[in-house]
Formats: sequence, C-alpha cells, structure tokens
Amino acid sequence: MAPQRNVAVVSVAQTPHRRAAAGLSETEMIEPAIRQALDQVGATIDDIGFVCSGSSDYLAGQAFSFVMTLDAVGAWPPISESHVEMDGAWALYEAWLKIQSGHCDTALVFGYSKASPGDLPRVLTRQLDPYYYGPLWPDSVALAGLQARAMLDAGAITEAEMAQIAERNRNAAKDNPNAQLQGSPSADELLTAPYVADPLRRHDCAPITDGGVAMIIAADDAARKFSSRPAWIRGIDHRVDSHNLGARDLTRAPSIAIAAQHAGVADGKVDVAELHAPFTHQEKIVRTELGLGDDVLVNPSGGTLSANPVMGAGLIRIAEVANRISAGEADRGVAHATSGQLLQQNLVCVLEGE
Amino acid sequence: MSDDRTVSTFPEGVWTQPAVTVPALEGEPVQRVTIPASMRYDYSPGLTQTRFLRGLEQKKIYGERTPGAEDVYVSHRGVDPVTGVPTTEVVEVGPNATITAFCVVHIGFGVNAPPTPFVSALFLADGAVVSLYGTVGEVEYDKVRIGMRVEPVWVDDDALTTSMENIKYWRPIDEPDVPAEQLKGHM
Amino acid sequence: MTDDLLHAPLTIEFGFNRTTGPVVGAFYTGLREGKVLGIKGADGRVVCPPVEYDPTTGAPLTEMVEVGTEGTVTTWSWVPTDREGQVLPAPYALALVQLDGADTAMLHVVDVSSTDQISTGDRVKIRWADERQGLLTDIACFEPAGGAA
Repeated sequence: MAPQRNVAVVSVAQTPHRRAAAGLSETEMIEPAIRQALDQVGATIDDIGFVCSGSSDYLAGQAFSFVMTLDAVGAWPPISESHVEMDGAWALYEAWLKIQSGHCDTALVFGYSKASPGDLPRVLTRQLDPYYYGPLWPDSVALAGLQARAMLDAGAITEAEMAQIAERNRNAAKDNPNAQLQGSPSADELLTAPYVADPLRRHDCAPITDGGVAMIIAADDAARKFSSRPAWIRGIDHRVDSHNLGARDLTRAPSIAIAAQHAGVADGKVDVAELHAPFTHQEKIVRTELGLGDDVLVNPSGGTLSANPVMGAGLIRIAEVANRISAGEADRGVAHATSGQLLQQNLVCVLEGE
Repeated sequence: MSDDRTVSTFPEGVWTQPAVTVPALEGEPVQRVTIPASMRYDYSPGLTQTRFLRGLEQKKIYGERTPGAEDVYVSHRGVDPVTGVPTTEVVEVGPNATITAFCVVHIGFGVNAPPTPFVSALFLADGAVVSLYGTVGEVEYDKVRIGMRVEPVWVDDDALTTSMENIKYWRPIDEPDVPAEQLKGHM
Repeated sequence: MTDDLLHAPLTIEFGFNRTTGPVVGAFYTGLREGKVLGIKGADGRVVCPPVEYDPTTGAPLTEMVEVGTEGTVTTWSWVPTDREGQVLPAPYALALVQLDGADTAMLHVVDVSSTDQISTGDRVKIRWADERQGLLTDIACFEPAGGAA
C-alpha cells in the first residue's frame, strides 16, 4: 500500500546484550530501554498513542509473558496495546499501519527476549511444522547447516567467505557498546576451528542473547517535534517463503527480493544496511536478494552475529539504521528483519533523512 | 472430485475441499495423533520477585513502591504499573487483609484443588493497593463477603518454602467489614 | 532478607493431540504400512511429504501417489551431540532426502557415525521402526543405500 502519512523513527534505545541477564525478570530487563526511549525525547507514556511489542512465551517459559512486561510501560489506566509473537520488526509494522490508518500519531514499539532460561536451539524447533519436522526436534543450528551446505554445494559461498563475514561483523561490534561479542580473530584463524555442526563453525552462529530494544515512531509534525532529524520510513514490506524446507531452494529467499521491491530499496542510493542474519551464510543470501552493491556499508553495528536477542534482533536492525540517519552519518539506509528459520519470513524497511 | 467433503463445522457448503484419492491402504486411516512436546527451563523470577518469595519464607508479605510514591504493589514485577518507574523501596504489608472479590467454586481443577465447594478470592493486604489471590478457609462458603477481614494461615514452619503455597488459605478475623466504598479502585 | 536470586527447574509439557486431516493422515497411514505417499502438485510435480495445497498456486491437491523408500541426499548437516527428543543418538546427520519419484525433499535423519560417511548426492534408504504406529517416527531413520546416484 502507498503510505498515506510520513512516519519516522524518532527515538531508539537498547539494553546491553548479554548471554544471561542474571537477576532480571523480562520486565526489569526491558524497562530501562523503554524508559530511555521515552526520556531522550522528553516523552511520557501519555504522549504515546499505541504500544506494540514482539516476544515469545516459548523463550520466556511463561504464558502471556508479554502482559507482565507491559507493567514497564505504565499500562494503567488502560492503554491501546497489541503484541506479536514475532520479532519486534513486525510489531513496528503493526504500529506503522496503526498510524497510517489515522488511529494515532505516535507509537512505542519494543522487542526482547531472555533466551537464557531454556535451550534456544531446541526451543526454536517448536516454530516448525508439527507433523513433518517437529517430531525430529531438529535444532536451529543443524537446520541452518542444511542451508549453508546447500550454498557451499551450489558454489554460492565458501567457508572462507563465511569466516570473513564473521570477522567483519564482530570487528565492527567493537564500536557498539551494547554488543555481546566484540572483536574477532582473523578469518584464517577462524577457519582452523572445529565444526560445531558441519558445515558450521562456532563463528558462523549468532550468540545466544538476553536483551531487547525499544523504539518510538511518530507521524509528520509529531516526528519533527521529537527529533531534529527523524529517520523517515520511506518503505516497509514483509513477505514469506514456504515453510516447506524441502520444496524451497535454500540458497535463495525470494521473499526478501519481493519485499525489497515493494519497500523501494532500489529507488535511491543505499548508504548503510543492517541485515538480520543469525548465521554467516545468511548474510550473503540477504545481501544478494536485496541487490546491495559492494559500496554499501553492511552491519556497522556488528549485526546479529554480535548480539542476538531473539524477537529483538530484527527491530534492532531498524534501530541501528535509524540511529545513523538521525546522527547524520547516513542519508538513506535499508534494514532487514527475519522471523522463523532459514530466512522464512522477511521484512525490509527503507529509511531516509531529509 | 464430485463428492465434496465438508472439512469444517461451518454450515454445509461454506467451506469444502475436494476429496483426496489415495492408493489402497489397509487398516483404519490415521485421523489423529498425539505428539507430545516438553520444554525444560531454568526459570528465575528476577531479583524483585525473589525478594517477595524470600519474604514468604519468613511469613512476611513484602510489597514495593517507587521512592516517594504512596502506592505499594504486591506481588510486584519491579516497576510501578501506572508509571513504569522501577520500584526500589521494599514495604512490608499485611498480614491482615480484606476480601475484595470472591468466587464459590463447585468444580475443582488440578491436583491441589481443595474439596468443593470452596471459595477463591482476592485479598487486599493492609497497606497494599492491589490484591493477592488465594482461597478462604474456616468459614462456610455462603458466609464469605466482600469487605470481610481475614488473615493468612501459614503452613507449619518446617514446611515453609519460597512459595505462595506457604499460605494455606485465609481465614476470617474478628474485625468489622470494610465498607465497599473504601474498596473502590481495588476491586 | 537476602537478594540471592531464586531459580528453579521448570518443565512445560503438552501432549498435543492433533487431527491430521485427510492428506497428512493418509501419509501417516502409509508409513504404518511401510509405504511413503506424496501428492501431485498443480504442475504434476510430486510433493513429498504431501501437503493439502499447492506450494506455488495454493490450489487444493487431491491425487496422492506412492513414492519410493530410497532417495538422494540433497543437503545435510552434522548433529554431534544429543538433545532431548531427537530420534537417534548423536552423532548423526540431519538431511533433506528426495525420495525416488518425488520432486521435493523430506527432512529426516541419517544414521552414519562420521561425516566421512555422507555427502550430498548420496543414496539412502528408509530404515523402518520395529513397531509402526502411524507417525513420522515410523521412519526410524535413513541409512546409506550404497552406490552413488
């Protein structure tokens, strides 16, 4: 749909990303990020027309866990609120639609998880078809290995390229105080490590992370009130590939290319891109499907390979691009978020400064 | 293909799907399967709720509030749900409380359900602004009232754990009922 | 009062009782009888495991057909350590296997003891469970069939 209103990201805040947020409930973990996102633009919850979050009960080990997190928003008297059991990027999409439809001018969006209480690769098996995949409990790393192997077999990537992707992301994360993993041995050194799930080595996999991100978006005048340089959402679209892994060409993700087309990625020069790729080989797929040239700065934050709060890592990509635009470091950027396994569902967002 | 088979409980014709042709199979067709799924966690309630649960271990009910605020929340999640501001001040509440709502239960669910009929209720501990959940004991179910004053009945000291189960139930005490008007906003 | 953080083991368990519908049900019934069924897609390609609707067009599919019990590994990865619920003791390979007569691949496990024993393109065959009851796990696993495709 053609946007009716100009909507911009005006404030973002992240928690530190750590292997385990020991001592904190989910509510306590995300509260400082929500508070900071509001405080840094001088807003309170009364200035916010809609609240939408992305999280998963399976990760928390607790039914309706997101309801408790709403305490951190200040949800009484009752606020206008919604939740997606997906990455927070999809919560952003819902909030963007809410603003487009004229129901509100501002929204608070957040995505987070504590993966530490459970065994994440096993928990993620519950995302899969319960008849044909679920009974095998295929963990997320082994599944990603199928995709990496398909790419290696097809000559679409090499193990050396995968190691270079890991090295580049984690070295970039040295400038990201929130990142969980910062710095990397050289790609050559990485390649001497043993496999954790052949053909994947440890460096090919995103870490397991507790953390989250909060964001405020606003329309037109409201956006200008909150920010001197809003990061305008010029296009946003999401698409899905088949959940039938055996019917897909795993070396591709056509849903990304379609979403990119609808979001208008190719309509201008891309200065910066943040790609949600929890495995090294997936960055190559995303980059190829988006049609990004070699001149594009990819994942200056260190990407998902450096911090991977499930249900937040996609929204963080949008936050990182918005930050660079608002700081004047970039004029136009692309953020990509994925949900599900092997890049099944994909969202593409184009952001611009003025 | 012609004999469409209804696959939903909608009125006939609303949603149908063509019949499927299947190579000859013997025996009863599989229509239903049980596929169990079990997830294991090392669950932590976080430091704030840990403080509450450790209090229960000492037969104390701890609430929390934001510094300078009047409203004390119990049990709490580390933030004031009206303002979203962290609650860093611990305040002991109760143990006496007022029933703010109740329900007479005639069908018991779960392994720990008391004999029916029993009364489940919300208990506003003195000094708190939100209620705790539990059951009422030592009184006929048809004598329970909103505004009734109660106290917690704890398990034996050697059975105390960091659990809400430390409170076996709440029983009436000899104090006049709290008028319903005073419970407005807490019900 | 101490701030020592409480934590405790928590198990969340559901005995999901699922209806299969006619297509998955027939597939499971076939497995119980040692047969594997696929379904003809709108373009005539055989989708296995079978699905109710065409993966491309969304058209309802109706013609189930039997496919082979041997096939070809289209991709694989290595599972070096045990995880609760998995159907083989580790190590083993997770793989997509395109059965003979099918045009898509099914996810399952291959019982090989080292990565030297499996490659993309390898021929594998079904090892049936001793007692079959109409579940995906009636296929205990795949094992090398010998000889390249």
